[in-house]
Amino acid sequence: MSFIIDYYNYWIVVFLMMTGFYIVISANNLVKKIVGLNIFQTSVFMLYITMGKVSGGTAPIVAEGVTLYSNPLPHVLILTAIVVGVATTAVGLSLIVRIKRAYGTVEENEFQNEDDAI
Amino acid sequence: MFEQHLAALPIIIPLIAAPIALILGRSLLTWGFATLISAWACYASWHLLLAALSEGSLSYAMGGWPPPWGIEMRVDAANAFVLLAVTAVSTLVLVYSKNSIEKEIDSAQHPLFYTAHLLCLAGLSGILVTGDAFNLFVFLEISSLATYTLVSLARDRRCLTAAFRYLVMGTIGATFILIGVGMLYMKTGTLNMLDLAERIHLADGNRTINTGLAFIMVGVSIKLALFPLHAWLPPAYTHAPSAVTAFLASTATKVAVYVMIRFIFTIFGADYVFREMGMDLILMVLAIVAIFKCSYMATAQSNVKTVLAYSSVAQIGYMVLGVSLVSVTGLMAGLIHIFNHALMKGALFMAVGAVFYRVGSVDIKAFRGLGKQMPLTMAAFTIAGLSIIGVPLTVGFVSKWYLVTAALEQQHWILAFLVLAGSLLAVIYIGRVLEAAYFQSASDDASAAEVKEAPWLMLIPMWSLVIANIYFGIETSITTEAASSASEWLFQNSKVLEVSP
Repeated sequence: MSFIIDYYNYWIVVFLMMTGFYIVISANNLVKKIVGLNIFQTSVFMLYITMGKVSGGTAPIVAEGVTLYSNPLPHVLILTAIVVGVATTAVGLSLIVRIKRAYGTVEENEFQNEDDAI
Repeated sequence: MFEQHLAALPIIIPLIAAPIALILGRSLLTWGFATLISAWACYASWHLLLAALSEGSLSYAMGGWPPPWGIEMRVDAANAFVLLAVTAVSTLVLVYSKNSIEKEIDSAQHPLFYTAHLLCLAGLSGILVTGDAFNLFVFLEISSLATYTLVSLARDRRCLTAAFRYLVMGTIGATFILIGVGMLYMKTGTLNMLDLAERIHLADGNRTINTGLAFIMVGVSIKLALFPLHAWLPPAYTHAPSAVTAFLASTATKVAVYVMIRFIFTIFGADYVFREMGMDLILMVLAIVAIFKCSYMATAQSNVKTVLAYSSVAQIGYMVLGVSLVSVTGLMAGLIHIFNHALMKGALFMAVGAVFYRVGSVDIKAFRGLGKQMPLTMAAFTIAGLSIIGVPLTVGFVSKWYLVTAALEQQHWILAFLVLAGSLLAVIYIGRVLEAAYFQSASDDASAAEVKEAPWLMLIPMWSLVIANIYFGIETSITTEAASSASEWLFQNSKVLEVSP
């Protein structure tokens, strides 16, 4: 039991990761695919934040009487990764807009049929 | 001042130039500007290679923060060699792209094309020079995002779905690498590659590190389109504009192969990856299946760009096969093939792009009678095609030769036979195109009779690559020396005993 409770944030990470991954694979709608991709990436952000926690440590700001800080480096790394994620989402959504204009649909099976017909 | 910051120049130059190219805004102006910038980056990487060969390895602290706190740029013979190939091909492709994109991309988007190309170049150079595992992920995403944009620029609407599929798979691959790097950081508390290597060595056989290795290898395999994770590559290469395909086919996947080599040899150590985790067998089997399955798929396609795309996946199989042999010669064969394949595939895709420019189609039927109508283009295609097959006096022969030598060194007779059998399949798929071009007559309609030779601006870069194909096929000492010193250096630094025959 303590195995589940002690590592609960890792369980959340794994759950979100698999949920996102499953949506990316199974969704037929391109927007849903992007949503899945976002959930997948967010789980990795949580993994990084989790590993930065030092038990008993406070926020990494220099203050009197505090000697134990959480590790700030993963936070900084993940800020970069969030920016990368936002950029990917933006490119993905703009591609979807153009796909909608070109095919009139964002359902994967529908535009695949159209291309096969040509 | 430039001397001092040499290691950062191949990244900084195209990165700063990219937004300027967007501001310039005029098609011809941006073309000249981007080409000059790329040539400058190429010149800088030539100096880097010379410096790396004379000094062993160069370390540059980005922003003046010394490693392991700051981000380190680390240049040695291995990455300087690949960097030179990437920047040189980029310059040639930019020269070529002026005519090519007129036909394939709307004129309003020409500045965007050059901007994305320069960003992609900056990302690829960054991946090659960086000495920091997280920084590698960031540069990987910079180059990938630029690549998705480049693929989606074509006029054919199918490029959009191809780009989207590439985006989804590429992002999953990159996120896997991110997870893997996170796990390494968890266990070692560092992101600097050399630091990581030392501490992974101490934490031998830890489960977190094993998992990290698995995530990173899968992520990198998606990026380099190793069979069976190659599904994004054929549609993306088929529907992207020809200039983009020529650039990507000869650089992007090669850089990903380099990332794999760097992770295996510098960070994890060949001993750990191959002996303890048994990755060599997995990679070897996948590489052989890639060679045969994708060469076979290439023989069954009617679109010549798709043929060459499948052929690319097969050629990546040869590179990974070289790595999986776990010997200095094998790794050397892999590195030589990275360089050589850039030369041949660049020339082939440029020739196909020239055919599209004149004929307006890249279907195999459109190639009928082109041997007479576009003799120079088809001669270039023929020589580069012979190089893919591995005919002596071309670079393809050199890489196959070292690959077979490496296989025979370890008494893998079957493997040597399979490498040669793979070349036979290449004879079929290249032969089909040549047959159409030289032995079938053109259709009779008036439009086909008017087809002329491609413009000079397309022929010059194409033939530079073809001449490089022959030159490095005859004068092999330059490439083999660079590759063998790189491969020996990688092995020495990864603390492995060579498999004795």
